[in-house]
Amino acid sequence: MRIGVPREHRPGERLVAATPRTVAQLVDLGYDVVVESGAGDLAHLADDAYVEAGASVTDTAGAWSADVVTAVNPPEPDDVARLRPGATLISMLSPASRPALVEQLRAQEVTAMALDAVPRISRAQSLDVLSTLSNVAGYRAVVEAATEYGAMFGGQVTAAGKTPPADVFVIGAGVAGLAALGTAASLGAQVRAFDVRPEVGEQIESMGATFVQAAQAQQEVSSDGYASALTEEQEALTRTMYAEESARADVVITTALVRGSAPTTITAEMVAGMRPGSVIVDLAASGGGNCELTVPGERVVTENGVVIIGATDLTSRMPQHTAQLLGTNIVHLMALLTPEKDGELTLDLEDVVQRGMTVTHAGETLWPPPPVQVSAAPVAEPAEETPPPVDPAAQAYAAQQAKERRSRRNLVGGALAAVLLILALSYSPPDVVGHATVLVLATIVGYYVISQVSHSLHTPLMAQTNAISGIIIVGALLQIGSDNLLVTILACVAATVASINIFGGFAVAYRMLAMFRKDA
Amino acid sequence: MTLTSLAQATYVVAAVLFVLSLAGLNRQESAKRGTMLGMAGMALALVATVLLAADQSERPVAVTLTLIAVVFAVGASVGLWRARSVEMTQMPELIAVLHSFVGLAAVLVGFNSYMTEPGDPAHLVEVYLGVLIGAVTFTGSIVAYLKLSAKISSAPLTLPGRNILNVAALVASAGLLWWFLATGSVVPLLLMTVIALLLGWHLVAAIGGGDMPVVVSMLNSYSGWAAAAAGFMLSNDLLIITGALVGSSGAILSYIMCRAMNRSFISVILGGYGAASGAAPAAAVDGEHHETDAADVAALLQDAERVVITPGYGMAVAKAQYPVADLVGRLRAQGVDVRFGVHPVAGRLPGHMNVLLAEARVPYDIVLEMDEVNPDLADTDVVLVIGANDTVNPAALDDPSSPIAGMPVLTVWDAKKVVVFKRSMATGYAGVQNPLFFKDNTSMLFGDAKDQVEKIIQAL
Repeated sequence: MRIGVPREHRPGERLVAATPRTVAQLVDLGYDVVVESGAGDLAHLADDAYVEAGASVTDTAGAWSADVVTAVNPPEPDDVARLRPGATLISMLSPASRPALVEQLRAQEVTAMALDAVPRISRAQSLDVLSTLSNVAGYRAVVEAATEYGAMFGGQVTAAGKTPPADVFVIGAGVAGLAALGTAASLGAQVRAFDVRPEVGEQIESMGATFVQAAQAQQEVSSDGYASALTEEQEALTRTMYAEESARADVVITTALVRGSAPTTITAEMVAGMRPGSVIVDLAASGGGNCELTVPGERVVTENGVVIIGATDLTSRMPQHTAQLLGTNIVHLMALLTPEKDGELTLDLEDVVQRGMTVTHAGETLWPPPPVQVSAAPVAEPAEETPPPVDPAAQAYAAQQAKERRSRRNLVGGALAAVLLILALSYSPPDVVGHATVLVLATIVGYYVISQVSHSLHTPLMAQTNAISGIIIVGALLQIGSDNLLVTILACVAATVASINIFGGFAVAYRMLAMFRKDA
Repeated sequence: MTLTSLAQATYVVAAVLFVLSLAGLNRQESAKRGTMLGMAGMALALVATVLLAADQSERPVAVTLTLIAVVFAVGASVGLWRARSVEMTQMPELIAVLHSFVGLAAVLVGFNSYMTEPGDPAHLVEVYLGVLIGAVTFTGSIVAYLKLSAKISSAPLTLPGRNILNVAALVASAGLLWWFLATGSVVPLLLMTVIALLLGWHLVAAIGGGDMPVVVSMLNSYSGWAAAAAGFMLSNDLLIITGALVGSSGAILSYIMCRAMNRSFISVILGGYGAASGAAPAAAVDGEHHETDAADVAALLQDAERVVITPGYGMAVAKAQYPVADLVGRLRAQGVDVRFGVHPVAGRLPGHMNVLLAEARVPYDIVLEMDEVNPDLADTDVVLVIGANDTVNPAALDDPSSPIAGMPVLTVWDAKKVVVFKRSMATGYAGVQNPLFFKDNTSMLFGDAKDQVEKIIQAL
């Protein structure tokens, strides 16, 4: 079958759905590839390179009339009209917001697969275009911010004095947010980041940023315990935190985009509180923006001199890598669709990944797909989610309750054990009490001594404790001298096995320890 | 000063030496000295005991001393021979066997003590408890040994109502204790011994192979308590102290292991974990895995700056520690930063991997624990997973329905590239499929770990 790669004609679009490298991979899967002349020009990929990789160059109509058409952006009506009935279209489609396009594709009997509808299950990660684009966008957001920001990101101490590092605040630690904060940190900025999911704090910190917590909010919440009141209070505290953080930041990068819509996180009032010369990059601009003052696709300068970048084409500003990554996502999809590697596309609607992406097929609209049973939590979220903010508070409250219950239980249990011990010992003969004292104290000593033992020495520890538990031989040795023959025999057996223990245990512990060496 | 009081005084010194010997194990540098102190303590205790035994002997002293000499000769030759010849990979089996010896000795000493000393109730209780704990340790350790050495299946034995059986055994033992105290007869003691032997067998038989690190350390603990119980019946404080040290040591190790597997101690001891999880299979993972070969891995390693190796039981089985150490040496000579990340429950014994790597002369300061290595994995170019499976399973974190959910794991998939050495696509001990194998940055290198590592070395 033939795969067509048309030139993208959205204004400002520099991406292309295949690069020479991915073309070669598609050819390996058994496909013929035709590339529209000039498709890769804006990504610095010449027609010749495609030909060298095994593609042939064609015109617009040739690319759109292939059996499989792979594109980046949703097609225009004219493009769809060029598709052959029964052809397969693979591109971003945003089917939810483009019913007319979906209808046209259905009427044309095209099999349309939306790259932006990959189910978020772990095995589909290699096809996940949104993840790819978020990653690139996060990186580029920092580059854009650094360009607008009239200072250096990294702090410096020079003979001419010292400059402080930039303060960068990232809202949302999905793929884009993490990419942004990692990039900003590597430029030397001091990065702080917030996400409503407390569990991503670790990821934020692993990228070299500080996780801003609404800790204050949680503490105040857990003491009074009413869910609805807490929600409001928590929200208010989160807003206060946003205001404080954005006021101290030189650069704010917002990435909260949930299924195409963007919740407002930075209000006009907060922008007013920022210093002149500060920069806001709104990665959610395509969904309307997280900042109230964002104008999608535009650069806005506010009255107090804050620059708000609402660019929606960040990914196509780095076409070489973006096209390569995107192209690889498409190759992975084609590999999934070509199980025999024979150049024949086989759509398997039983497969949740293929079913989830398929928007129209054989004259039927298959959108929206049935909900996917997500077996594992997605490893990467494209954007910050907005779970009800009461969760951490309620959890903390519940955890505290459980802790209190547990400590109460421990106290009761401990008291009970103490009483039982006292009762048992007071009915015992005096020498037993003495032995019990020794036992208890030795157990405690053992606890503290063993707790210090290095993990890597646990096996020698076992061998050694084994050897010293062979001390039971003491009992057996004293019984050997008994005048009862049976006792002597049993004692001999016991002493023999115990002495194997002693010699074997010590020898093997010593042998193991002799092997541990430090790097000279 | 009598010989008895001299012996008692020596025991005090020996007890102190034992405590110091365990304290010495807190660092590698002092560990050898610790073992020496332990040996010194043991030698002192034995000399004092032999003198005391000669003094108290009811037979001709020469006979007693000869018997003791024979006992030591046999014990030393067998013990030293086993200690020398044992493969480091078989350490878990050896330790399990040694535990069973302590259990057996405790049972025999208990019976002897019953036969030789007057039967006041306190002493009878002590004998009874000593025999009970010893017998459970004895058969439990034997089953652990058989499972570890693959002489019997490591799958958990799940008898219907196994918890009821265990409780019934304990109730029956309590009943027999009452009978024993009332009559002082040997019959209830023997009956209880049989029940305890069966109980020990059943307890360990019900625990799956994957939980063996916990079982072995738990049996270590039991063997200590058995010695302590013997100390009570013989009124010997040295036995009590030593038993308590060993008992708490084993208990702490078990606790550490359980925490590392995110499992409650009780549920491991009660066993049947593997069976329970079999009933509710985790989310099936399907997808394609990518295969690679030794030459590619060698190229990958040469281009890498930071490499982490996470060994597991599979490395022990394949005895791949020597080639792995060789590989590490070569890579380090080429300036590659190579480190090991060891999961707390890797292997079948606590610290098992450390011992194997030490045997192959890997410097211990590049062998790190899970918590030390996890934060660095995102900056790591290549992770080699050698014979580990469950300890690197992302399902433990991602999939709440997984039987190993919540167990801390090595987050190897954060690295740029993961190479998994594995014999086949079979599951690990927990019987859980591993989504790691299907990740895009994971390549599978099938075959015997030792052969494959050797091939990589050749390709370098």
